[in-house]
Amino acid sequence: MTTVGTTNSQAPATTANTPKKNSGQAGKIFLTFLTYVLAFIFFFPVLWMLLTAFKTEAQAAAIPPVFTFSPILHNFSIALQTYGPALANSLIAALGSTLLAFLLGLPAAFALAVYPTKRAQGVLSWILSTKFMPAVGVIVPLYLLFSRVHLLDTLPGLIIMYTTMNLPLVIWMMHSYMTEIPFAIFEAAKVDGAPVWWEFLGMALPLSLPGVSATALLAIIFAWNESFFALNLTTSNATPLSIFVKSFQAGESQFWAQISAAAVLTVFPVMLFGWIAQRQLVRGLSFGAVK
Amino acid sequence: MTAQAIPASSPPTTRQGFRFTPSVMMWPALLYLILTTQAPFFLTIYYSFFQRNLQLPMASYPFVGLDNYIGLFKDPQNLSVIWNTLVLTGGVLIITLVLGGLLAMLLNRPFMGRALVRTILISSFLIMPVVTAVVWKNLLLNYDYGFFSWLIKALGGSPVAWLTVHPMATVITMVSWEWTPFAMLILLTGLQSLPDDQIEAARLDGANPWQEFRHIVLPHWTQALEVVILLETLNVLQVYGEIAISTAGGPGVASTNLPYYISQKLLVEGNIGVGSAAGVVAVILTNLLAVFMLRLINRNTQVGGH
Repeated sequence: MTTVGTTNSQAPATTANTPKKNSGQAGKIFLTFLTYVLAFIFFFPVLWMLLTAFKTEAQAAAIPPVFTFSPILHNFSIALQTYGPALANSLIAALGSTLLAFLLGLPAAFALAVYPTKRAQGVLSWILSTKFMPAVGVIVPLYLLFSRVHLLDTLPGLIIMYTTMNLPLVIWMMHSYMTEIPFAIFEAAKVDGAPVWWEFLGMALPLSLPGVSATALLAIIFAWNESFFALNLTTSNATPLSIFVKSFQAGESQFWAQISAAAVLTVFPVMLFGWIAQRQLVRGLSFGAVK
Repeated sequence: MTAQAIPASSPPTTRQGFRFTPSVMMWPALLYLILTTQAPFFLTIYYSFFQRNLQLPMASYPFVGLDNYIGLFKDPQNLSVIWNTLVLTGGVLIITLVLGGLLAMLLNRPFMGRALVRTILISSFLIMPVVTAVVWKNLLLNYDYGFFSWLIKALGGSPVAWLTVHPMATVITMVSWEWTPFAMLILLTGLQSLPDDQIEAARLDGANPWQEFRHIVLPHWTQALEVVILLETLNVLQVYGEIAISTAGGPGVASTNLPYYISQKLLVEGNIGVGSAAGVVAVILTNLLAVFMLRLINRNTQVGGH
């Protein structure tokens, strides 16, 4: 297992390090052991999926389960035959919607963070409140509209919906990063006669670049993992990876090893990203409320 | 309702010198959100008053007033769909808060391999719902060959066809598995901002662990808890992929929640009217529940705090 993203910088000195009696030491060891056990239980489904992907079908369905086996790559070679188009669709939908969300969201975040008017708080709350609108509250008219303008089962259709999903995230997170830029910098530039677009493109943007990458990573993960629009708005042409995985369990015959290989191919890129970005994850998941 | 304080960068005093006001820069984003959320929702409300079915070759769509809503609430099956939605959300919230809080406290101590354990623990959150459902349904929960069936048999029990016998409990388990890392991450960050000296002072005053938790940790957790409860409520109410793949809402409607119900109405039955009415109910439910949850947390953590 690769530990990407070291998290030790997160101020480990939280518990009181007053040396206590021996029983305290034993208790600490027990708690650490318990943590390991719980982590293993939580990780087990992922681990089992990973192991199954390298088994033969007979080994995958064996009772009792096979724990030691010689790994094979056959399942991956089968899954890879249909992986390409779905991967391309997922990549285009995720990257496209992230790009669009940034094009729309960055200027908004800049305006709200650097030039907050009296209404800024209200606008930010309103943007967050669009998250109170479940996808099912808009799916019927959008489905009808999409079918009329031929956006059903197309990548632009998916990109439009994923942008809606990620735009509030982009605005809130980038707002949270941009408010951290000292306002004096902009005032100094203003004295030098810098126009607003320069304050945005030349100053605010470069200074919040770490925020951009963290936010982009999250937006990509969310779009990649989305299933409601993927399952409801695509059928064959624009099907992303979620449908690719689903297609492997169609029919009565079960090919668990193949399903597992397909699943591993699907979740691995995102999991790697998430592990790398785990420190930024908290800020993004909480819309910047918890840093 | 969602009052997050805007960290104020010093407000600009002079804005007259600019050619265009920066607030223009937020209009494309706002317009986009209005067009893709607000406008369709008003259409959803509009459709919900009409009897309209895509599969019927009808030229006219008669206005039926509140009939779609009345029908929705009259049918006990539909009521159980709404109930399922509440049970799923409530169940997942309780489990993830307890487990996530426990894991957060366990991880809030220095020990060897802490970074690795944390990395491993967040994995289930990064897995897409469809894959979660596929892996649990096939590899773990299968009656004949699933890992859990073997485990239960090995421990002397008799295996259970989880997806048909306990469909809702199974869905709650899967969704909780996905969302526990979220609760853990946010709560852990909340814990790490708790100053040591507060705990020290409480211990010196002779506080027992429960009092320490109740009067120091819990009030300090308010913001983190708020974030977890609000965002989990919004997201778990929308759970779809897990149900669509693992149980298909069944048996009967035992594991059908509102999103799955609406997508069935729309895609399978083409019933625009009823689907829209259910969509409106889902939006109202989401907002009511989110506000209610926030009230609850604010009341419970502030009593006796500080």
